[in-house]
Amino acid sequence: MSETFSRRNVLVTIASAAAAAASVSEAEAQHVHEAMADDSAKSTGPYKPKAFTEHETKTLRALCETIVPGASQGGAFEYIDLLCSHNDELKTTYTGGIGWLDRKMESRVGTTWVDAKPAEQKAMLDIIAYRMNSDAYGPGVRFFDWARKMTVDAYYTSAAGIKDLGEKGNGGMSEFKTPPDAIEYALKRSGLG
Amino acid sequence: MPQVQRSAPIHDVVVIGSGAGGGTVTKVLADMGVKVTLIEAGPMLNPAKDYKEHMWPYQVPHRGAGEDGGQYFGKGYPFGYFLAPNGYWDVPGEPFTTGDGSKFRWFRSRITGGRTNHYGRISLRFADYDFAPYSRDGLGTDWPITYDEMSPYYDKVESFIGVTGSKEGIRSAPDGIFQTCPPPRVHEVLTQKACQKLNIPCIPSRLSIITKATNGRAPCHYCGQCGRGCVTASNYSSSQVQIFPAMKTGRVTMINNAMARELITDSSGKVVAVSYIDKDTRTEKQIRCRSVVLAASACESARLLLNSKSPRHPNGLSNGSGVVGRYLTDSVGYGMGAKIPALEGMKIHDNDGMGGMHVYVPWWEWDKPNKDFPRGYHIEIGGGYGMPGVGQFHGVCRSAEGYGQSLKDAIKKDYGVYVGLAGRGEQIPNPDTYCDIDPNVVDQFGIPVLRFHFKWTDNELKQVDHMEKTFRAILETMGGKPGPRPGRADGKISVGGEIIHELGVVRMGNDPASSALNKYCQSHEVKNLFVADAAPFVSNPDKNPTLTICALAWRTAEYLAEEMRKGNV
Repeated sequence: MSETFSRRNVLVTIASAAAAAASVSEAEAQHVHEAMADDSAKSTGPYKPKAFTEHETKTLRALCETIVPGASQGGAFEYIDLLCSHNDELKTTYTGGIGWLDRKMESRVGTTWVDAKPAEQKAMLDIIAYRMNSDAYGPGVRFFDWARKMTVDAYYTSAAGIKDLGEKGNGGMSEFKTPPDAIEYALKRSGLG
Repeated sequence: MPQVQRSAPIHDVVVIGSGAGGGTVTKVLADMGVKVTLIEAGPMLNPAKDYKEHMWPYQVPHRGAGEDGGQYFGKGYPFGYFLAPNGYWDVPGEPFTTGDGSKFRWFRSRITGGRTNHYGRISLRFADYDFAPYSRDGLGTDWPITYDEMSPYYDKVESFIGVTGSKEGIRSAPDGIFQTCPPPRVHEVLTQKACQKLNIPCIPSRLSIITKATNGRAPCHYCGQCGRGCVTASNYSSSQVQIFPAMKTGRVTMINNAMARELITDSSGKVVAVSYIDKDTRTEKQIRCRSVVLAASACESARLLLNSKSPRHPNGLSNGSGVVGRYLTDSVGYGMGAKIPALEGMKIHDNDGMGGMHVYVPWWEWDKPNKDFPRGYHIEIGGGYGMPGVGQFHGVCRSAEGYGQSLKDAIKKDYGVYVGLAGRGEQIPNPDTYCDIDPNVVDQFGIPVLRFHFKWTDNELKQVDHMEKTFRAILETMGGKPGPRPGRADGKISVGGEIIHELGVVRMGNDPASSALNKYCQSHEVKNLFVADAAPFVSNPDKNPTLTICALAWRTAEYLAEEMRKGNV
């Protein structure tokens, strides 16, 4: 590290450090880009699922996108697929959950969930998305809970999700300041101002 | 006992462990012209490669959850995947055990710099009265040194590593040599206002983070990620701030992947060699030395002494008094958080700042005689926006349920609106809390392991009650509605060791019958043996130990160098 510093130098250092961090794991980074539909992965060819069958893949992709609109941009399916490919217990949660969902749908409307009409799909999700229905739909509620929290995790840790959330950080600053209007807003609402 | 190779070169000072204590001793000795051989149980650190600063979660396919989704099953990376090489609660191949009915957690780092690569950087001086606890309330034991003796060393450490803060004149939180602390974030302003209403001080943070260029290190760039390790070394880690520069003097030899096994003494009772396991080859090696400084972390240092038995030292080295392993304490830990509705809908902005809080609450009832518990605690404050991580929105998923746009709206509304308060308080040493050698268990190198015995007493449990009332009052004053907490039972207070302030197990004192080390952290019994981590601490005040480890180690190193110059060591 050099002995003298200007603010500009610091920011250059940060930028190069960030670049270094990325270049160190270049092989891994390559894998990331391949594995994630997030930003540019679409140009690297179709994704090959590691844990799921074609039908399960189709179902899960649709389910993720329904849970969090934009989830496919956030690589939600690929995230779940990766983790399930390394964890049999987790994989069972998903394959079992999809199996349960399809049987349930077949008995209700004569088709699997992913092939059902949007209104039929929604009717089922409106049941299993709530704990109050656990008694009659326990396996479905439990499965949906997993799919929901992992889809949310994947989306809000993706570039698309972070942007959507509005998070502004991880850029570094030369001087730390808190916006006065934000302080004013919170103080006024808190009654402490 | 292994034979010492008489022909091998003799090292002047062997320092065992490269964390806050070992790093400080190494730097001070090297600056004074003394040659140091530093041995570390883990690998060399490469900040550019090992630190994940500025990395977005999507830069790894598992986003931090672990490829096998370990985080979803309570088996994730300790403190998260993105933190600096941060060690383990359970080191593979290096177990420890607990005595009947005891729970204990022991966090260890095996890498150059140890736990300083990731620690919270909270840097609080002990107060004058902290060095004389027995004189004040009849509990515990007084230190053999006073605040006035320590103060110049706090000065040296703060000037060298850089610590933020402000002059406040509060007796429980002595002022030091401070760099400017950045202004508070919005939730911290609210916390300050609430504390003001309750007559509780809430002052700028004292963190070992530099806000101006210091000794060739760039000032903080406010990315909020100190815990990941700082590539610009703008916070204190012994690796970047002390060891790497000391290595440039040419007086430091570093041996990595070297797990110390035993200190070897001669017929005069002096340490003549350190025996260690070379982890790369799993073979035993020895280095001869003129003196040795233990800085392996408090409990590892005690373990090493207890495992260094010889006919002359049947209870282990420097343990004629039997105190090695005794007087173990950790900080009392308790936390409470709440959603603060006033923050909802605020315009989201970059509030990264320093890695950690910009304000904190020092202990304020130090002069109140009628409390129903002794000593005190400080409060750490968390909250605000920040890079999202796996698990962050599980709470909203549970409370909002549903899916689609309504779920997204609930998440957005919930983002950055929580404030968490964490108390860190003083535990009084008690006879049921100590570590000894498990007679039946060895680690992967064949080294007998530690067995921990741990018990909280009413002293700590009543303190937690006080924390609970206070935290609730602060959060409610801010408009929060903290949920009900379980009654006082297991689960409300932290598990022993969990706050990672375990210390006191090779304590210092004036009387060789009741202490292992003298007031310079030199063994009463073995004159060329010193301890420079938190093992010598006589008490565990509510102030995080690292700054005092550094100050005490600095003092010990100066004393050792002077004794070497005089020919006494």
